[in-house]
Amino acid sequence: MTQPLEKLRGDLQMIAEMIEPNSRVLDIGCGEGELLAWLGDRKNVDGRGIELSMDGVRAGVGNGLSVIQGDADTDLDNYPAEAFDYVVLSQTLQATRNPRSVLKNMARIGKRIIISFPNFGYYGVRLRLLVNGRMPVTRSLPDSWYETANIHHCTIYDFEDLCAETGLKIERGVALDNKGRPLPFGARSALANLFAAQALFMLSKT
Amino acid sequence: MTAQHIHNTPSGKPAVRNVVLGADKKLRLNSGVELGPFTVAYETYGELNADKSNAILICHALTGDQFVLGPHPVTARPGWWETLVGPGRPLDTNRFFIICSNVLGGCMGTTGPKEINPETGKPWGLEFPVITIGDMVAAQRRLIDHLGIEQLFCVTGGSMGAMQVLEWCVRYGDRVFSAAPIAGAARHTAQNIAFHEVGRQAIMADPNWRGGDYINQGVLPERGLAVARMTAHITYLSEAALHRKFGRNLQDRDGVSYGFDADFQVESYLRHQGMTFVDRFDANSYLYITRAMDYFDLAAEFGGLLHQAFEGTETRYCIVSFSSDWLFPTAENREIVHALNAVAANVSFVEIESDKGHDAFLLDEPEFEHVISGFLDGCADHRGLPAR
Repeated sequence: MTQPLEKLRGDLQMIAEMIEPNSRVLDIGCGEGELLAWLGDRKNVDGRGIELSMDGVRAGVGNGLSVIQGDADTDLDNYPAEAFDYVVLSQTLQATRNPRSVLKNMARIGKRIIISFPNFGYYGVRLRLLVNGRMPVTRSLPDSWYETANIHHCTIYDFEDLCAETGLKIERGVALDNKGRPLPFGARSALANLFAAQALFMLSKT
Repeated sequence: MTAQHIHNTPSGKPAVRNVVLGADKKLRLNSGVELGPFTVAYETYGELNADKSNAILICHALTGDQFVLGPHPVTARPGWWETLVGPGRPLDTNRFFIICSNVLGGCMGTTGPKEINPETGKPWGLEFPVITIGDMVAAQRRLIDHLGIEQLFCVTGGSMGAMQVLEWCVRYGDRVFSAAPIAGAARHTAQNIAFHEVGRQAIMADPNWRGGDYINQGVLPERGLAVARMTAHITYLSEAALHRKFGRNLQDRDGVSYGFDADFQVESYLRHQGMTFVDRFDANSYLYITRAMDYFDLAAEFGGLLHQAFEGTETRYCIVSFSSDWLFPTAENREIVHALNAVAANVSFVEIESDKGHDAFLLDEPEFEHVISGFLDGCADHRGLPAR
């Protein structure tokens, strides 16, 4: 049996709860496959993973999961339309070369998109830049500018604009604190853009 | 369990387990020739369970054979996949019923050019029809029918074995629950065909080849076959592996001889590889099997669109490549993965870090073993087989 839900990373717990049982899920940037393993065991989900790091892929496949080595920028083009009920991208959008085409591809191959990302509008980020005058290093963005994989940061507002532009409807939005715990207000509020360290959205096609 | 049923016949020739198939219904080859009856020599390890759901078919590579576990009846050496197969190994003979048959056109007991053509009473030689990977798989399917197995739990193999695995999935997909093609490709590349052609030319240039009729004439094209093996062997290794093993080290001497002796260890090694190979392999088989690999192009029947070959597949796949393999490189394996993704197949893909080249799939690679174990455990769970 896999680990209990509470042991998953905060945003993964939320994602795990959003996904309907017996569905087909593609988890892009699945790490060692913690979410897929949990979904397979507890919700009978037919899950697939894509992971860039070979260590992650070997761990996932070694645990009996279906994981391929690849990345969101290059390995989504081959999948047919609507191949999955959910396409999940957690904490990875900001590290892709072309977030807009990744989002479009996700919308093509999945009926729903679940996506989480660090909110660059978070007050902790703003303060570090305003007061210290340096690139922010926070719990959600722990790496220095010269070693971070994150090349396309955005705020919640920015993300909402991109969704509107790509014809994606926001079905649910959850604001998360810097430990990945849900905040008492939704992600689609001015409060969230300032006080949420991360945001999690479920999107569908309009 | 390891090949105990092999015994020496009065002639001193090892007897191998085999079955004669196709007596009532001949095998229609890709070339159009009807072959039958034909013999398939095979080995099995482990026990078939009551509902016949734990069978794994291993497909061997170009110069492999059915002796996955040793001792080999000709060379007395260990089997070729003892790293992966055996009690407690990833292909666990305590859990699975492992089958491996010598390919059609081979020379370890299955019908091939060195066996007797029943119509002439003489070895087939070049009268033997040209065969394809598809023909090899069709013959294997007859064996699986004969064993009464409806669906194979897994079909696996490396190199040419991987080609057969893919062919199984495309031709008889409903009979393959899971598939692990290792260090393979969906087609033989121009570079690979080129290397094979060098090998074949070496054999055919040997005066003892006699137009393929050497057995009848009581000679063997040993030099040609050895050169073919030497060339091929280089392609199975990586530059790094060769360097680590031999460097520029000299063979039993303090300085170069200013001659054409095997001064370097790498030369001596290759000569040894060539010489020992001729003891266990038939030159005409080498021609036929390399040809079968050259002809292999899974997408050809599907308008060149590989994903269409896999349309509707329900098999679970695990594709494995090795980082230093330049004969069946990761890029070729990734094309298979992309084609499977295009039909939303259930597929895993891992590139194993190794500097041992193409041969890595035959060698001790713990990461590789871990991946295969995990894949089979996951599949066993879905198939309802007991966990380890």
